[in-house]
Amino acid sequence: MQTKHKITVEKLNLFYGDFQALKNVDINIDFNKITALIGPSGCGKTTFLKTLNRMNDLITGVSINGQILYEGIDIYNGNCDVIELRKKIGMVFQKPNPFPMSVYDNIAYGPRVHGIKDKKSLDEIVEKSIKRAALWDEVKDRLRKPALGLSGGQQQRLCIARVLAVEPEVVLMDEPTSALDPISTGKIEDLLDELKLNYTIVIVTHNMQQAGRISDTTAFFLNGIMLEAGPTDEIFYKPKNKRTEDYISGRFG
Amino acid sequence: MSSRQHYLDKLADLQRELLRMGCNMEEAVKKSITALVNHDVDMAQEVIDGDDALDDLLMSIESQCVKLIATEQPVAKDLRLIFTALKISTDLERMADYAVDIAKIAIRLSDEIYIKPLIDIPRMADLAIDMVQDSLEAYVKQDASAAEEISHRDDMIDGLYKQIFRELLTYMIEDPKNINQATYFIFVSRALERIGDHATNLCEWIIYLVTGERKDLNN
Repeated sequence: MQTKHKITVEKLNLFYGDFQALKNVDINIDFNKITALIGPSGCGKTTFLKTLNRMNDLITGVSINGQILYEGIDIYNGNCDVIELRKKIGMVFQKPNPFPMSVYDNIAYGPRVHGIKDKKSLDEIVEKSIKRAALWDEVKDRLRKPALGLSGGQQQRLCIARVLAVEPEVVLMDEPTSALDPISTGKIEDLLDELKLNYTIVIVTHNMQQAGRISDTTAFFLNGIMLEAGPTDEIFYKPKNKRTEDYISGRFG
Repeated sequence: MSSRQHYLDKLADLQRELLRMGCNMEEAVKKSITALVNHDVDMAQEVIDGDDALDDLLMSIESQCVKLIATEQPVAKDLRLIFTALKISTDLERMADYAVDIAKIAIRLSDEIYIKPLIDIPRMADLAIDMVQDSLEAYVKQDASAAEEISHRDDMIDGLYKQIFRELLTYMIEDPKNINQATYFIFVSRALERIGDHATNLCEWIIYLVTGERKDLNN
């Protein structure tokens, strides 16, 4: 049975040692929607993003309580297969970070790790993923060239293609366009709009206009608390919380 | 904690300019009625000549709004503030045009002896001007409930309009020679009635600014 929300977060608390970085966060992430997380630096939005595919497990001294249900299943339950979870929930980072290998191998890396060796299948996955990331026409003649030779915007789309190659269901993005020029940013935003037809996307952004343009839902974080979440047009038209209003209209932050 | 001081200053400038436009418009309505009552051609001409300055103010407000939208990407209440400034300035400009219409009638009738002393028309004008004044104050204070209260006063203006209309009709029936003047007075009271409607629009925009909701107060 399909759950109402793709991900349901309930009373999530996260501590870095003694410091509490997330306080009682409740939020629902909907299927095939783009959810934008906004808030000033240090408010916990990236920390929150990383809880969704347990990337915080890699940091020592982190403790977490509360619940994150992925299609109804608690991902912090001992039985959860973290590798499988991260395959379902891919992540794209702020700076493009292609592996120092060819364009082709970057994309084929994930599928190979997951056991696909057959060249024909890999060729298909590579082409499909790069096409989905709207990069195919630009790199189809240089698949064997080093990925680091691509422009920043192309590298970031390559990283998105690399995530898509392992057939995730959710894509987490941590400021994916902050290191890019406006044209590359525009291409990625267009791409997100297409991707949401097949994927659920959660994106951290410092760019208010970007959140307004691309997301369906916006959640505002402040000091580890999720102060307000709602339909993006409502948040940008008439937020309920005064602090949200002050932040989105640039009064602080 | 406040950042974007430059932006906030520009929003404040915009509001100041809007209030200046409101004051000039009130002045124009007052003068047009005084000119009508006192057969004062010079004062009426002043109103007509002053209309260009009001049109300039409107254009200045419009361009400030467009620049703010283009450069500052306003959202939430800031966006509503700018949007309402555009709408309110348009209402004020229309009201000022009615003042010009009244001033022209004042000039046209300046040589005539009036068929009746003007009592209700100045009363109507006072009510309309008070409405505008108070709604601009409610705008500054962003007071939605005051705005709603103010809007109800338009009923009194509408009532006076009907009363004046009926009265002038009887003058026309009594003596066809009265028709010319009586018709002009009906035009004047109609202009004031319309000013009241625009003042009601101001109240609607204030409510929108504060609450984000559109409310129809004109019915």
